[in-house]
Amino acid sequence: MHTLKLLAAFAAAVLAAAPPQASAQSVLRIGMTAADIPATTSQPDSGFEGNRFTGVTMFDGLTQWDLSSADKPSVVIPALAESWAIDAKDKTKWIFKLRKGAKFHDGTEVNADAIVFNFEKVLKKDAPHYDAKLVAQTTPRMPTVSGARKIDDSTVEVQTSEPDSFVPINLTNLFIASPSAWAKTKSWTEFAKNPVGSGPWKFVRLVPRERLELEKFTGYWDAKRVPKTDRVVLIPMPDASTRVNALLSGQLDWIEAAPSDAVAQLRSRGMQITSNPYPHTWPWQLSFVAGHPTADLKVRQAINLAIDRDAIVKLLGGYAAPAKGAVPPGHPWWGNPKFDIKYDPNQAKKLLAEAGYGPGKPLKIKVQISQSGSGQMLPLPMNELMQQQLKQVGVEVEFDVMVWESLFNSWRVGAKDPKSNGAHAINVSFATQDPFFAFARFYDSRMVAPRSVNWGHIQTPEFDKLVAAARSSFDGKERDAALGRLHAHAVEQAAFLFVVHDTGPRALSPRVTGFVQSKNWFQDLSPIVMK
Amino acid sequence: MLAYLFRRLLYVIPIALAVSAVCFSLVYLGPVDPLMAVLPPDASLELIEQLKAAYGFDKPIPVQFAKWVARAAQGDLGTSIATGRPVNSELARAISNTFVLAFFACTFGFTLGLALGFVAGYFNGTWIDKLVTSFAVAGVSVPHYWLGMVLVIIFSVFLNWLPATGMGTGGSGDWAWDWEHIRFVILPAVTLSVIPTAIITRTVRALVADILSREFVSALVAKGLSEAGVFWHVVKNAAPTALAVMGIQLGYLLGGSILVETVFTWPGTGFLLSIAIFQRDLPLLQGTILFLALFFVFLNLLVDVVQTLLDPRIRRT
Repeated sequence: MHTLKLLAAFAAAVLAAAPPQASAQSVLRIGMTAADIPATTSQPDSGFEGNRFTGVTMFDGLTQWDLSSADKPSVVIPALAESWAIDAKDKTKWIFKLRKGAKFHDGTEVNADAIVFNFEKVLKKDAPHYDAKLVAQTTPRMPTVSGARKIDDSTVEVQTSEPDSFVPINLTNLFIASPSAWAKTKSWTEFAKNPVGSGPWKFVRLVPRERLELEKFTGYWDAKRVPKTDRVVLIPMPDASTRVNALLSGQLDWIEAAPSDAVAQLRSRGMQITSNPYPHTWPWQLSFVAGHPTADLKVRQAINLAIDRDAIVKLLGGYAAPAKGAVPPGHPWWGNPKFDIKYDPNQAKKLLAEAGYGPGKPLKIKVQISQSGSGQMLPLPMNELMQQQLKQVGVEVEFDVMVWESLFNSWRVGAKDPKSNGAHAINVSFATQDPFFAFARFYDSRMVAPRSVNWGHIQTPEFDKLVAAARSSFDGKERDAALGRLHAHAVEQAAFLFVVHDTGPRALSPRVTGFVQSKNWFQDLSPIVMK
Repeated sequence: MLAYLFRRLLYVIPIALAVSAVCFSLVYLGPVDPLMAVLPPDASLELIEQLKAAYGFDKPIPVQFAKWVARAAQGDLGTSIATGRPVNSELARAISNTFVLAFFACTFGFTLGLALGFVAGYFNGTWIDKLVTSFAVAGVSVPHYWLGMVLVIIFSVFLNWLPATGMGTGGSGDWAWDWEHIRFVILPAVTLSVIPTAIITRTVRALVADILSREFVSALVAKGLSEAGVFWHVVKNAAPTALAVMGIQLGYLLGGSILVETVFTWPGTGFLLSIAIFQRDLPLLQGTILFLALFFVFLNLLVDVVQTLLDPRIRRT
């Protein structure tokens, strides 16, 4: 009896010491998969999760993604630039007209000088604000942008090394920091301790490696996107089980990458699970190197037809969508390819026979894969299931398994390099919301190592022509149509073994309302209301 | 004794150099680039070469190591490649956070370990001894990671009595020695203390049982010394060995536990080390490992000195 009284008293003391109800401020607490707070220098690291939480929150670019719809593909819309156009006489120059009245969080104006400053931080080597780390995070995503200059206070000219219609999309990756804030310490490391942008959220506090607190910026230039929640707290929490437990115990309101095996438990405790296909694809990138079996079109098409993608979706608890290409049907860049990627093992066997493979001469291929990795979903079980499916049609798959970071090393050097260990395919997932990311770096013959990741050494005049046509189509609709033709050709050539698209499951507490999960890697936290 | 101390202090130099060299080599022998902390996946080989020059990784490895040693000897452990923050400040913050965790883990673990060990040793051979021994064996056998998750599920998720993660509602910067913050350390401290508790229990149990079987104890009892008096003699005789074990366990706790700190997102040296390993953040990795290695060296020296002070029969020459 005495023991029971003691226990009850202990429990009462614990509960009494529980934090009081939140004050008048509404707070959204997010558990990220990153192991650390993504860089707050204005050019985030930690991949697109960094952009999602320390990029589009505190900063704007000249352009931005439309994150307002869960149904339509997310497209590029104006941000700090109200409009832009290519210089008709010189297609290596873009003219951006800036929005008037946009201000940084420190009250200074966003003008042409500020924009040029931010181009220089990653492009002008002799500029005092040029920084190697910012360069690393930015220039791979805007490969042809070479500089910028002020025309007048509201107009900036952006220069490229060659005509490139992708530039407005690429520039969603260049976030505009306040030059005045940088000038106080002349150090991006110091700037990162108190970052100043023009985004809908402004910096409040950073506890290194533990939390980043942002509050709504009531002076945001887009009144419709002034946040409805007062404060956001971002907490790095790389362990998936820890994130789930933190959400279930009420310490968090939102967790990224909810593991599929925890979904049932989360739902039973009243949590919301949101998901939506977004521009992500999980494929095998195939080698076109002469002498490799995958250099044969029939082989590439056959292995695409041998995969039961519905089974893979089931393996992932339903949190994936079968892929028919790099982008799904209905996407502006879909292009209507004539080769229909589906599960047809009989046709796969027929194509393999035409290529000279059969029971007496099985096709043997080697694939480099990783054990884990951002965007890689569940690489080991997924690849093993594909291995079994390919065996059904007479293809023997050998895996060269490595850590995620080592896979990048192979990815960068290409299929011909000895580091690729004779592999005929490599399994690296990637974002497809930018045409350079989705297509050009794989299909442009100039993009082989050391320049970029045309790992498979695709070097054909047809692909080069299609990439060039897309790059030089400066009308939005024409560019999308050209990208569609490029994508269609890539699917017809089975340049990749396209498998699935991730659907980005997140778990949210029932207190979170108003969230629209767009078809994008980034999400808008502004409409969220905490009940 | 002074000569012994001086000699032990001199050993620190080759130990520190050897540990640093091994750590440096392992990063370069590994398959991943030390620029991984700043390289996005899509960085081209061209960009990588530019960055190597910017960060000094284009120099020969022995030159890089020599430069690092020269700076470290002056107390400058460099800056983290991932964050640009000085390694010294990152480490200082992590150490203080691990100290908090270790303090509670020690308090709980050592007290319980000593108490259980004495009880088991005193009642050795009985069901009490067997029960305590079973508990100790279970303690060293149970995986930390699993135990931590189970405690979180029970006490945070189902009972909602204690928080699941973190070092306070405002992070470590707001730490205060009050219940509002201490409740965050209970679960990780209990998890972390299980192995030291079990080891100390077993050690003390064996020591006490052995001492109680010695003739001098029988003589003390025969002379009419009280139980408390006999107990005090047992404590004095068990102290040096128990102290050595506790010292090593203290070092283990202060060194941080990667698994426990990751499960509970406790921002200590273990969590810092795991991030540095995954990011291949060479300066941070070097600095953290060097600190932990030197810490263990000095801790062992301290334990040896205190042992000698407690038991003059142990002579250090």
